[in-house]
Order: sequence, then structure tokens, then C-alpha cells
Amino acid sequence: MSTAAVIEDLAGALPPAPPVGNHAGAVRTCDTTGLPVCLVAEKFIQLNAVVAVVALLAGGVAALLIALTRWPAVHLLDAVWYYRLVTFHGLNMLIFWILFMEVAILYFAGTVLLNSRLFSGKLAWAAFALMLAGTLLVDIEILRGKADVMMTSYVPLRASSNFYLGIILVAVGTLIGVGNFFGTVYIAKRDHTYSGSVPLVVFGAIAAAVIAVVTLLHGAVVMIPTWLWSLDLVATVDPGWYRLVWWGLGHQSQQVNVCAMVAVWYLLATITTGAKPLNQAVCRAAFVLYILFINIASAHHLLVDPGVGASWKIWNTSYGMYLAVLASMIHGFTVPASVEVALRKKGHDRGLFGWLAAAPWKNPAFSGFFLSLLIFGFIGGITGVTLGTQQINILAHNTLRIPGHFHATVVGGTTLAFMALTYYVVPLIFRREFPLRWLARAQPWVFGIGITIVSLGMSLAGSYGVPRRHWDSELTGAQFTYGFGSGANVMLGVLGMGAILAVTGLLIYIGLTVAAVFFGRRIEGRAMTPW
Amino acid sequence: MSIHVPEEGWFQAPTGAERTWIGLALAWCLVMSLMMPYWHFKGKQNSTGESYTVTPEAFSKRVDQFVKTNQVGEVNGMPLVEPSPGGDAYLRGSMWTWYPALKLKAGQTYRLHVSSTDLQHGFSLQPMNMNFHVLPGYDHVLTITPTMKGEYTILCNEFCGVGHHLMTGKIVVE
Ligand code: HEM
Ligand SMILES: [Cu+2]
Ligand SMILES: [Cu+2]
Repeated sequence: MSTAAVIEDLAGALPPAPPVGNHAGAVRTCDTTGLPVCLVAEKFIQLNAVVAVVALLAGGVAALLIALTRWPAVHLLDAVWYYRLVTFHGLNMLIFWILFMEVAILYFAGTVLLNSRLFSGKLAWAAFALMLAGTLLVDIEILRGKADVMMTSYVPLRASSNFYLGIILVAVGTLIGVGNFFGTVYIAKRDHTYSGSVPLVVFGAIAAAVIAVVTLLHGAVVMIPTWLWSLDLVATVDPGWYRLVWWGLGHQSQQVNVCAMVAVWYLLATITTGAKPLNQAVCRAAFVLYILFINIASAHHLLVDPGVGASWKIWNTSYGMYLAVLASMIHGFTVPASVEVALRKKGHDRGLFGWLAAAPWKNPAFSGFFLSLLIFGFIGGITGVTLGTQQINILAHNTLRIPGHFHATVVGGTTLAFMALTYYVVPLIFRREFPLRWLARAQPWVFGIGITIVSLGMSLAGSYGVPRRHWDSELTGAQFTYGFGSGANVMLGVLGMGAILAVTGLLIYIGLTVAAVFFGRRIEGRAMTPW
Repeated sequence: MSIHVPEEGWFQAPTGAERTWIGLALAWCLVMSLMMPYWHFKGKQNSTGESYTVTPEAFSKRVDQFVKTNQVGEVNGMPLVEPSPGGDAYLRGSMWTWYPALKLKAGQTYRLHVSSTDLQHGFSLQPMNMNFHVLPGYDHVLTITPTMKGEYTILCNEFCGVGHHLMTGKIVVE
């Protein structure tokens, strides 16, 4: 099997004489791509990916249960467990699944793509152990009923002190992981393991890591006093201040996700179609825009808050936010354009969209990546920009329109991109083939279509005013009654049905990944079977 | 290749369709940036963000005083209170009620003070679908002029404990 046929055009594009790495023995050459794989990094990529998938499973089960509770005709859980599992779902998905995956991606980008060893195995252990301990602590506290506070844990709502401690441990662990990545980039440069500028995917990873540091510092500033408050060592934490700083964490971490996702898009575009960015300066400049302007955009979470004035809101929703939006609009053009150019070059030149029809749709890494691009760009981007205006925010704040938006960004976008990536991580890093390849080809579609339906159901129900994080939109037994009407109920049903489909897609993904990692055919001394 | 080091001389200005797209996107972003203040001042729909620090105890006292002087009736066991036109009205969010019920006149302007005496709450007026965040310690002053007569229900749309979904209130506009 020739390498080029397996991973599109890679062999031809390898740098002429790769500079010498700094691995000191602990390295293997990938039989498929010819890239050097640091064995220490490989172990931690595996460990982090495994925990990520376990968190995804936990969050996915909770997703189904809470979605079926929001469906009025089913109304599955009681109020206590609904609120508990919304908290559990938010944290396991948005924080644990995403963060463990991102640390794995950083280790990959820093070592394999820079031809370097990992800076420190000890630091990688420390990061992993702290993150895992924090994750377990948080999940245990939630399931024990000691932390029914939602993932935002707005003060003065109070969880047990161990819940906040768990969050702090995860944050510190992640910070160490990010530090280890920067260390790796540093030694790669020092040891001249590559020549010239870093590859684009590494550049994206560096952008993600820089934003992650700023994000995690906000997290420290807000969570440490809150933890002390939960221990009665600090008298109060101001709720307005908490929201301001917390969203410096909460919003910016989404930009980490966007950066990581875009880096994965570029990676998968190259691996699956041989795409080459049209203009590297443009792509890199767009990443820099994210770093510079995204902090400001966290203001859109406070558009109907007291404590921050009108001019602050207007200023922060205008210039800076749009410069960050500009960055996404640039990537949204350059990524598909690079795929188009690559496919046209191969002769798929018929009509306006002939190249798209000829794309490698049977490769789940391609279909996952492309669906991620479409869902993120069209649904996530458009809802995000509209919700970020003050006028529409008044209509949408804390309604289901908000989760409707971010299930298109962080789920249809980031999560689906990470799933697509897995279709290469398992063969190349775990060195196992996927079984049931027809099912793998279907998986991105099932998940992508499911989550699109979820997102639309949420957004439309929310436009009737249905609140998020709310157990009973029929208000049974409340002092004053109100009905959102049958339209809203239908949309909540759409949300429930979409959830069944999306969770099915999620379980197929996990089932296939577990089956491949533990029982898949070994790939050693040969290239992976092409998708 | 995005996974390999870029070729020498990669630092180039964009050309062709890419350049056009960046130009269009940038122009659109600039227009939207200008629309933000325009919509705010022209639309006159947004809170000016007027707010004051207040302790929960002090706010509670003002609410009780307001109810004592302005009560005109009762709905579902909740005092119905009518502020004087142009005057101050008070609304207290606490687990799990919006207190008291308000009676307003269409076309009159009021200064509605909203705050919480315990957790964060979400003021969500239905079926208008108008939403504000409510924080303990902050007296959020909303200058409002109801234009449509009718009965409105206030829900809570920020999680405030296990009775959150039962937290409702009433505004009647005549
Ligand atoms: C399998 C597909 C998924 C389904 C069906 C689903 C469904 C839901 C539902 C029904 C809610 C509760 C909405 C409410 O009642 O307020 C929710 C909340 C949420 N979901 Fe998902 N979800 C899925 C995947 C994900 C993923 C992968 C992520 C993150 C990467 C995520 C992040 C969140 C967050 C952050 C919340 C908000 C929690 C809160 O309000 O505190 N979800 N989801
Ligand atoms: Cu409330
Ligand atoms: Cu509430």
C-alpha cells in the first residue's frame, strides 16, 4: 500500500530532508504518514483521549435524560434529578470531554508535527493526575447532590467546597498541560527540529494555548475566592463581579475550542483531501485576531445585567466582537476553498460544486469535518452573531435560544470535529483498525443531523420565551400560570427527538472507538487501511 | 500543507477571491459595529444600565413600604400594588416568588426597581419575552412605559434552586 493513497498526497509533500529530531530513542516512525511519533507523547495522547471519551459517555447519557425531561409529553426525570443532571451534563461535556481532548491535541501538535519529543513526561503525569482527580471530585460531588449549581455556579448559590476544589484542580492540571506544550514548542525551536515557521496547525494550537492561559487565569481569579467563600474563609463574593470574571473564563474557553476546532479542520482537510491553505499569512492572521479580540466578546453574556452600563455594553458588542467574528469568517472561507482547490486539481472540475460532490464523503473524518464546518458556520455563527446584539439579547437571555446556539458551536462544531479526528487518532496513535466501517461512515451524519435538530428545537422553543434550565415549562402548581402555547411544545418535542438521534450518534461513536481500541485489528509494520 | 512548515516566502498579501471575501467581511463587520450604538439609541429598547448598590435588607424594606402605601387589591393571595405614574415601583425576586404583583397604566412611564434578596434570578416577562438578569445587592432600575394593555406573567429564567420553575409573578396593564 503506497503511503500517498492512504493519506492523500502526504508522501509527496514531506519536507525534502527533515531536520533531525531530539527524541533520544523514544520515537517511532508512523507507518502510514512517515511522521515521527514521540512515544511519551503518544502515551499521554492515549490517556487523555480515553478519559475524554469516558466523560463524553457520561455527559451523553445525562443529555438523553434531560432532553427527554424537557419534552413535555415525556417529562422523564423529577425536578431534583433534572437540575442535577443539567449540571452534570454541562461540566462533563463542556469542560471534561473538551479539555482532555484539547490537551491530547496540544501534545500531538507540539511533538509529531514539530518532530520533537515531549518537553516533560513528569509534567504530563502531573497534569493528567490533577485533571483526573478534579474531574472525579466534581462528578462525585454532583452525583451526591452536593453541587446542584449548574456549571456556571453563580454565587450566592452554593456547592460543597470540594466541588470548587475539583474545578480548581482541573484548571491547574490543564495549565500544567498547556505549559508542557509551550515547553515542547520551545525545545523544538531550540533543537532546530524543524526549519522556518511552525506548520499552520501548530500555529492554531499555539493560539488556542495562549487563549487558554488567559482563560485559566480568569478561572483562578474567580474560583479561588469562591472556594474560600465555600469554606467560610471569605464573607461574600459579589455576584456581579463573579459574572464579569466568570465569563472571562466561560466565554474565552469557547474561543480555545474554536481555535482547536479550526486547527483540526485544517489538519483534516489536509489529511483527507490533500488541501493546502491558499494563503498562510491570512490563516495565521485570523488566529491572531482571535487572540487579540475575543476577551471583549465575553461582554455579550452581560447585556441585560445591572452593574455594567450602556456605553460599556455598546462598546464591547461592537468593534472587538466583530474583529473576532471576522476571523471566523476568514477561516470559514479559507478551509473549504483549500479543499475546493485541492479537489479541482485532481480533476474534479465539473460545474460550481462538482468538486464537493466528488469529495471523499465515505471517509468519516472528511464528512465529520465538513459537517462540523457547515453546522458551526451556518447555525452556530449566525445564531451567535444575532444573540450578541443588545436588542435581540433582551429577547433571548436565558431562554433555550442560548443552548440552541452553543449546541451548534461546541457540539455540532467542536465535538463533531474531534469525533472526525478520532477516525485517524485510533489507527495512527492507538494503531488499531476500526471495525464495522459502514457504521463509522454513517456516524458523523447521525450525530450531525441529530444535533442540528436539537439546536433548532431549542432555538425555536426559546424564541417563544421558554427558559433554559427549567424543569416544567407548563408551570404546573405555580402561583400564576402561563402557557407558552402548542408551538413551543412541538419544538420541545423536536428537541427530544433530535436528542435521541444525536445520542445514538454519540453512542455509535463511543462504541466504535472502544471496539477499535480494545479489539480492533492491530496495525504494525504497515499503513492503515484507507477510509 | 497545513501540517508541514510553510514554504519560504509564505508571508504574502491575499489575492483574488480571498481578498474580495476579506474585504466584504470586513466591511460587513464595520457596518455591524456602527449598528450597535445606532440600534441602542434609535431603538430605545435597552436598559441604560442604571443600577445602585443596595443591601437585601434595605431593598426589602423599600418593597414593604411600597406595598403598604400603594396596595390596591390582591391576586392569587399576592398584594396588587399600583405605583403612581412617573413614580417608583419595586419588584423583589426571592426563592420562589416575584413580590408584589404590579398594576400599571398603559402609556405612563415608571421607574421599576428590580433586585433579589437571596440568589440570582431571571426576570422574564411573558408573553412579551423581555428578559433581565437580577442580582442580589444590585438595584436595577428599568425605566419602562407599557404600551399594550393586558396581563403579563413574570417567570424566573435563572436557576435558583429546586423550586425555580415555580417562581412566577404578575403585572397587569390597564
Ligand atoms: C449528544 C448530544 C447532546 C444533547 C442531546 C444535548 C442536550 C442538552 C440539553 C437538553 C440541555 C439542557 C437544556 C436546558 O434544559 O437548559 C443541554 C445543556 C447543555 N449542554 Fe448539551 N447536549 C448534547 C451534547 C453536548 C455537548 C457535546 C456539549 C459540550 C461539548 C454540551 C454542552 C452543554 C452545556 C454547556 C449545557 C448547559 C448546561 C447548563 O445550563 O448549565 N452538550 N444539552
Ligand atoms: Cu428565581
Ligand atoms: Cu429561578
